[in-house]
Amino acid sequence: MSHAVQDRPVAFAKPRGPLAHARLPRWAPAAVAAGSVAAGTGIGLAAGWHSKVQWGMLSALLFVLATYVVTTKVEGARQAKDRIATSLVWVCFVLAVVPLLSLAWVTVSKGLEVLDGYFLTHSMNGVLEVEAGGGVYHALLGTIEQVAIATLIAAPIGLLTAVYLVEYGTGKLAKAVTFFVDVMTGIPSIVAGLFVLSTWTLMLGFGPSGFAGAMALAILMMPVVVRSTEEMLKLVPNELREASLALGVPKWRTILKVVLPTAIGGITTGVMLAIARITGETAPILLLVFGTKLINPNPFEGAQSSLPLYVYEQYAVGTDAAVARAWAAALVLIAFVMILNLVARGIARWKAPKTGR
Amino acid sequence: MVTTTPPAIEKNRSRRAKNASRPGDRIFSGLSKGSGITLLVIMAAIAAFLTYRTVLAVSKDSTNFFTTFEWNPAGDPPVFGIAVLAFGTIVSSVIAMVIAVPVAIGIALFISHYAPRKLAKPLAYVVDLLAAVPSIIYGLWGAIFLVPYLDGLNQWLDQYLGWTYIFDKSADGVARNLFTVGILLAIMILPIITNVTREVFLQAPKMHEEAALALGATRWEVVRMAVLPFGRSGIISASMLGLGRALGETMAVAVVLSPSFVLSGHLLDPGGGTFAQNIAAKFNEADDYGRDALIASGLVLFVITLLVNGAARWIIARRKEYSGANA
Repeated sequence: MSHAVQDRPVAFAKPRGPLAHARLPRWAPAAVAAGSVAAGTGIGLAAGWHSKVQWGMLSALLFVLATYVVTTKVEGARQAKDRIATSLVWVCFVLAVVPLLSLAWVTVSKGLEVLDGYFLTHSMNGVLEVEAGGGVYHALLGTIEQVAIATLIAAPIGLLTAVYLVEYGTGKLAKAVTFFVDVMTGIPSIVAGLFVLSTWTLMLGFGPSGFAGAMALAILMMPVVVRSTEEMLKLVPNELREASLALGVPKWRTILKVVLPTAIGGITTGVMLAIARITGETAPILLLVFGTKLINPNPFEGAQSSLPLYVYEQYAVGTDAAVARAWAAALVLIAFVMILNLVARGIARWKAPKTGR
Repeated sequence: MVTTTPPAIEKNRSRRAKNASRPGDRIFSGLSKGSGITLLVIMAAIAAFLTYRTVLAVSKDSTNFFTTFEWNPAGDPPVFGIAVLAFGTIVSSVIAMVIAVPVAIGIALFISHYAPRKLAKPLAYVVDLLAAVPSIIYGLWGAIFLVPYLDGLNQWLDQYLGWTYIFDKSADGVARNLFTVGILLAIMILPIITNVTREVFLQAPKMHEEAALALGATRWEVVRMAVLPFGRSGIISASMLGLGRALGETMAVAVVLSPSFVLSGHLLDPGGGTFAQNIAAKFNEADDYGRDALIASGLVLFVITLLVNGAARWIIARRKEYSGANA
């Protein structure tokens, strides 16, 4: 890697002969960084800026400028350019990490205030939304049912489509399917919701139900499943297929017994990542499932709730108690999604496809 | 991806598939082909039904659908138009892109070329996970934490950059404006763009990098001459994917923005709206005709995202070997 060559320990600033340049000591970037953060904080304090965002941005700016000035003096213009790029990349990294860490920290710390066994096992039935109390059970149940139905619809279709594309597909139809799967990946969730609304609700006249939401979620899930399964099936070495076919095994049994089992780890991962993605979708649920305070275990009739929708509703109420509930539900949701993700990646590592090399 | 099927065998296999005499083969190939066709039918149905509803709605609209600054489909006569929504959607997405793309390239470079090895792997993993955080949680965090933090920045921008017109804050109020929405969207699409870009940077040919280093190039020169030119199409397509996400984002915007049907170039004034946000906000109070009107605005969003995604895929397909499409 490039930095291994660059970061070879170099003696301090003195040139060691005609070919060696003066170099900054290895601790110089860290020192400049510390200095600029101190200066940024100091100036921010002195000027009385309330927003810490400004302090940070000033520090970052000082860091880049100071690096440039110091390096130009000691090491010359080319090295200065290199250093300035390095410092910019580091600044980008910090810029991105700060909000994301803050997001994780806030969700966990705020969420834990209300989250307990009672919260997970009770609904909002009979609880005034402005008061404390109540729980998330109905929403959790709704989310699990809707996601399960969506998966039951989307996973087989997605899987078979991927099989078609890899094992059978040739010609124009396969090309069209590939292209539209790609395009479908980018459909905004609210548009999928509007589509189901226009057919299921407005044309066929059904009321809100968990199933309607699940159909919209399935539309969002299918292309993700197709893409990931396709990639996995392509990794299955052809020798396996040929060996099976040469033994006289019919093609469909070859696919079912040889190709799919070989890729099953990656396929499972893909499906679980797709589930994780649709679990957090709010917009179609808002349009189609409608939300309720009661426990409704039947996804085919009547309004249900769902975790992301619950977060949105509680936030909209706006009282302290409701916002605290919103955070707790957000924590439940994020934990659900993260566990799915971690398990999926665990499976991927455990059952990595055998590429035959 | 490596295609493992040599053309001769491919041809052979497809002939076998056509002549498949075993019932199992016929059923299975029929099923998988049917699934593929189902997907196409769904896409066609989405376009058809949204268009049908849009025609119903727009035919009764008493003003020009594209240039009206109002949303009142329940009125008599009904008046609604998407001008404000289109403006808000585009402006917030542009702000998001301006912030997110350079930063995402920076992080991708950090992970692929700059970070200490021990930091790079877990970091890549964390960025992967962050791409999965539900948007409503970004929204909640944005509304409760980001907005107060940005108030100071807004005042500062107003004070020193107010002369640029766009940063002139003419109305009072907290920072629930398009600028904040843009920043929040930037934070949301950052992991997506970073993931794809990083994959592309990691595929840059090692030999080129090592050759550059051997000639005495600094690390930045290696990146500029060997990595970035190689990754250009990857960066573009990753940005387009992020843009598609930003355009269609619903809940985060609905939670953060305080909407109004005023088209204002002052980005720091509260108000404005986006397609998706407007649908989520207006849906509950809408009657059947109002829903049709919202579907009409959804169709416009659908077409815009189709164009953006299609462009991204086209760029990827043009240079397949650098594809990051599996993200």
